[in-house]
Amino acid sequence: MSQLKRTLRLGLITATVLAVSACGGTTRGSEENTNPAGNQATGQADPDAPLTEGLDVAFLPKQVNNPYFTVADGGGKSAVEEFKGNYKEVGPSEAGASSQVSYINTLSQQQTDVIVTSANDPNAICGALNSARQAGAKVVTFDSDTKPECRDVFVNQVTGEGIAENQVELIAEQIGGEGEIAILSATPNATNQNAWIELMREQLKKPEYSKIEIVAVAYGNDEDQKSFQETQGLLRSYPDLKGIVSPTTVGVAAAARYLSGSEYKGKVALTGLGTPNQMREFVKDGTVEAFALWNPADLGYLAAYAGAALASGQITGAQGEKLEAGKLGEYTIGEDGVIVLGPPAVFDQANIDQFDF
Amino acid sequence: MAGDPAAVNVPAPPTETTHGVLRSALVRWDTALLVVLAAVVVVAGVLVEGFASGRNFQFLLLDVVAIALIALPLTLIVITGEIDLSVASTLGLCSAVMGQLWVAGLPLELVVVLVVGLGAVLGAVNAVFVTKFALPSLAVTIGTLAAYRGLAFVVLGDQAVADFPFRWTDAASSTVADGAVPWAAVVTIVLAVVFGVVLHATPFGRSLYAMGNNAEAATFAGIRVARAKFWLFVASGAVSGLAGVYWTLRFASARADNAAGLELAVVAAVLLGGVSIFGGRGTLLGVLLGVLLLGAVRNALQLADVAADTLNIVTGGLLIASVVVPNVVAMSRTRLRRRPRHPA
Repeated sequence: MSQLKRTLRLGLITATVLAVSACGGTTRGSEENTNPAGNQATGQADPDAPLTEGLDVAFLPKQVNNPYFTVADGGGKSAVEEFKGNYKEVGPSEAGASSQVSYINTLSQQQTDVIVTSANDPNAICGALNSARQAGAKVVTFDSDTKPECRDVFVNQVTGEGIAENQVELIAEQIGGEGEIAILSATPNATNQNAWIELMREQLKKPEYSKIEIVAVAYGNDEDQKSFQETQGLLRSYPDLKGIVSPTTVGVAAAARYLSGSEYKGKVALTGLGTPNQMREFVKDGTVEAFALWNPADLGYLAAYAGAALASGQITGAQGEKLEAGKLGEYTIGEDGVIVLGPPAVFDQANIDQFDF
Repeated sequence: MAGDPAAVNVPAPPTETTHGVLRSALVRWDTALLVVLAAVVVVAGVLVEGFASGRNFQFLLLDVVAIALIALPLTLIVITGEIDLSVASTLGLCSAVMGQLWVAGLPLELVVVLVVGLGAVLGAVNAVFVTKFALPSLAVTIGTLAAYRGLAFVVLGDQAVADFPFRWTDAASSTVADGAVPWAAVVTIVLAVVFGVVLHATPFGRSLYAMGNNAEAATFAGIRVARAKFWLFVASGAVSGLAGVYWTLRFASARADNAAGLELAVVAAVLLGGVSIFGGRGTLLGVLLGVLLLGAVRNALQLADVAADTLNIVTGGLLIASVVVPNVVAMSRTRLRRRPRHPA
């Protein structure tokens, strides 16, 4: 009996609390959610300022011991050595959303001049990055961006146009400029993939590609098994198929594995976006002639130069500013402080052994 | 029984009971932790650049708040001889639900109350399995560890909800009078005092030690073991929910994978704090010192550019040492004392 009373009383208290807090509360849209002190590019850029020597540049990847970031950070290291800075790489051992925050705080505490990071979560590290910037650090994001108000510049590996242009060029070359092709994508609602496919269709409207036709788009859901089966299905359903484009690393590797063990090997061309380590054997056995991906080492290299240019006052991150990035040449900062690395790198028999990622 | 016999018993007279030996050993463990913590702070302050500053102190506290919060009820649970491994998954599920409720347009004040309530319900689920069906809490909470994390992904998928108002997210890392002490740490300290008083100064708290030492004897002594454990699991869930609110606001990001793996850090802190994994032993002060010690060591090593993998090895080593050292000390002490009377 007393138990019942107590439960009722508890329920009553809870209901009261709920009712009180429900009126006049903070709801979505009722309040600004951005940092009012969020800093934008400030100050004046001096394009002729020399790169300062002895800058402390820290790379903070999504996680350490990840082959992709090991290569990217390695590119950063060689850039930092070129402009005589002090390079270091720190980072969490697992890629959790918030795991980078304590590393950013540490770097800020160490008075690091440049923090180059790839965000595990576009929001989780925002506060920490902004407090590091207030403490004097310049922040460059690469590979994965944060919200624009939390960093100075973002070095983007590639644009959709760059990928579409490159993929169409590769497949056209491999099938001799005419014939039916198919696309093996990831999931039907993958935003990136759909945008790229749309841009590839645009590319194919060019007169030089008039004899190439996309007959099917298959979806392997970025699963190895499903991509493998979809490749099989495409080849059965379209006996005249000349080539397959798979702009996803999982898809292209699965398709290559199917082709290399089938009668279509060497007859149906395959290209896409893949990593050299996944594709090496298929390039060597003749299944795949050439495929593409951005070069992570160049990405890290450019990011390091962007950081040095920021810390030296050459650029502030505003649109239209130019920076000189060593062996990669000159870059112009685009809208929202984005610098695009450029067209993807192409890997083939001749150069694939120079890459390990 | 009442008062603090441990303080009186420190010189350990030969007539002391086993219980007394343990209690004095405990006091010494707290003292030892305090000494080690002080040593770490002093050494790091001298050797590691950037360690001894108010700003770094603030970072350190912000990093340990979630662990400290969850460790409070977990200390009481482990003292009764049970464990709750679902705490980090509870945090993650609460964070995911918090994101969805905010997207649905509910006021944030209400969302916070609902999320803490949800934590309590999730804790109650554990409690029902442990107390009503008498299942081992280790098995139950390993199950809910997986289940709650899975549910979190059902609720929010791999999306993140991030558009919380700045006033709230800023509050999660703001400090008292713009100094070095975050408000979140103040809340944690207040809760720690509440849990400390309950554990060390109430009959309920003392009954927890009794059931940890011998649940059957405690039952015969008239202690309502199941009921006490039930509410401890509910408290653990509610506090994990609160930690979920803090985590979500501090990182301005409601995500299903928030705090994945944090349960290990919490259990490590509790054990390092001198709580016996077999129950019946431990103090809340020790656990707080354990949390701070682990946090300080990590912070100092990170500032000294020690790699993440090495850091994990050091944390693991500390944990093993914390279990081995007091056991060896207690064993050798008992042996020394007993040998003359009971050979072999």
